[in-house]
Amino acid sequence: MDLSGLALGLETALQPSNILICLLGVTLGTMVGVLPGIGPTATVALLLPITFNFDPIASLIMLAGIYYGAQYGGSTTAILINLPGESSAAVTALDGYQMARQGRAGPALATAALGSFFAGTVATAVVALFAPPMASVALKFGPADYFSLVVLGLVISIALASGSTAKALAMIVLGLLLGTVGQDLFSTGVPRFTLGIRELYQGLDFVSIAVGLFGLAEIIRNLERRQTHSVIPTKVQGLWLSRDDFRRIRMPVLRGTAIGSALGVLPGGGHILAAFTSYSVEKRVSKHPEKFGRGAIEGVASPESANNAAAQTSFIPLLTLGLPAHPVMALLVGAFIIQGITPGPNVINDEPELFWGLIASFWVGNLLLVLLNLPLIGLWVRLISVPSEVLFPAIIAFATIGCFSLGLNPWDVYVVAIIGVLGYLLVRWGCEAVPLLFGFVLAPLLEENLRRALIISRGDLSVFVTRPISAVLLSLAVVGLVIAILPAVRRKRDAVFSEDE
Amino acid sequence: MSNDPASSRTAGRRPGVPDMLAGGTFVVLGLAFALGGRTYGIGSTQAMGPGFVPFVLGVILTVLGAVITVQGFRGGNPHDREAAAERGPVPWVRGGMLVGGIVFFGATIEELGLAPTLFVTTFVAALACRGVSPLKALGISVGLTVLCLGIFVGLLQLRLPLLGDWLGG
Repeated sequence: MDLSGLALGLETALQPSNILICLLGVTLGTMVGVLPGIGPTATVALLLPITFNFDPIASLIMLAGIYYGAQYGGSTTAILINLPGESSAAVTALDGYQMARQGRAGPALATAALGSFFAGTVATAVVALFAPPMASVALKFGPADYFSLVVLGLVISIALASGSTAKALAMIVLGLLLGTVGQDLFSTGVPRFTLGIRELYQGLDFVSIAVGLFGLAEIIRNLERRQTHSVIPTKVQGLWLSRDDFRRIRMPVLRGTAIGSALGVLPGGGHILAAFTSYSVEKRVSKHPEKFGRGAIEGVASPESANNAAAQTSFIPLLTLGLPAHPVMALLVGAFIIQGITPGPNVINDEPELFWGLIASFWVGNLLLVLLNLPLIGLWVRLISVPSEVLFPAIIAFATIGCFSLGLNPWDVYVVAIIGVLGYLLVRWGCEAVPLLFGFVLAPLLEENLRRALIISRGDLSVFVTRPISAVLLSLAVVGLVIAILPAVRRKRDAVFSEDE
Repeated sequence: MSNDPASSRTAGRRPGVPDMLAGGTFVVLGLAFALGGRTYGIGSTQAMGPGFVPFVLGVILTVLGAVITVQGFRGGNPHDREAAAERGPVPWVRGGMLVGGIVFFGATIEELGLAPTLFVTTFVAALACRGVSPLKALGISVGLTVLCLGIFVGLLQLRLPLLGDWLGG
């Protein structure tokens, strides 16, 4: 393990100003994250623009805080009102909401926070252990290998999407196509699909895409409902866990952490898989499987730990390969680029303070969450009952100001509207938004490495199968695709996904 | 206010309509990107033109869209059908108001400045929510405008003019 690196990271993250910024991030993230229907991805997308004013380290530390706060906020709504912000928290809602109905919301929330903290701590060590060697391996990757790696990542995100494989694939391809809008920087600078609009030469902004997909589209979806049923969250009392609770969550937290740390590395959505897998593992090893779904504390402890460990280890592909393994990581790629840093194997050597500072600050963010946010839960719960007629205009206001302030470009605002409508309709017709975001973020990486690889090989397409690394990655992608299409596997997977509904 | 509730129920019962609509959208967008991409120069695998990747991806999207459409004609995904049946009709008017508010923001922020633009956008957005009277929307939008000006201009000091050229700001 790179102890000197971790020490440098802790030194950076524990500077008073950085702790303060992390605290601000955690607070803001929780505030927005507990608003019903807004998951961590939407929260981070909405709050991204306000971080750009800081220097790179402070801005990424703040993002780390926002992310943890949002994650916690998402679990809170999952537990208290059975409204998970995103699919990985859906597992938490299964037993968490039942616990809340039985008057044990406090212990459920405490379990989520403590399990997350433990998992985050272990996973931080895992990142410190594996990221540096991975980065040195990644430096040996040629363009062909990178291309195949991106393809693999995209395929994995399909395999994990619920619903039709063809639709998920189409959403990825649409995302890739949207990513090609703007000047072709690789060769000639030809503006592509800009419709003669100068403001589009720099391409579509990823914040606009994310805000449109996860903000506007989600609000329009909510307006479908005839009555806005007011949610009255359960009262939270008694956060402390009994000795018996501690005994019961010990092993599930450990198992969840292990599963999450391993699966989080998978590019394209390992955290969802981690949450589902750890839940079904707990159910299988439990002596009382019939208690699951009826308020078993193990059913909260394990997926929350797994989810959080996976979120942490998904930094490994991001920081070593530049490949986001989590929708929030996809947003972080954009944040890195705005700060003038290209995520990838060079970050660890070129920006050691940033690399380790970020890893350590994720841990600090988690700690602040347990120390400060958990006691403040009563305050956050009140936010759940913010009426939608205040909430929706507020989201619209944040989205428009945030996107406009990025580049003082009105088209960044128009793109929110266009993508919001397109995203709303496609989701209504049974497509998923997350693959589109992945495709969009990875488009430049995919195209650049494809073109570079083919220039090196003088146009010989066989380079993708003759280079060993690339061949292995591509065959894994093919296997993944076949598995996703096979009817038997699909049925089983649908069963897993429908279990949470 | 929005369209006829009966039509959504039949859309839910009619099999595969969501698949046909999604597939059709993908075909249209795929063709647009493929044809547009062709005009930028496809080149060869050895020396790819700027249009190569968009063209290939556009073709793939068109094919996928066609596959999804065919699946729709065959009855579509039962899961999607159930999901669609549970949902209300598309909120064209309310959704349109939100989108209109956002477009208004983009179109007038430079000329009117942040304060008036944001006020109009949040007012329209509040009015789009169910059961909100104009008076209530007014209260919400004034409150939100003040709050956002405080956060973005006061605290974060974004370089956004409060009042634009048209208002002598």
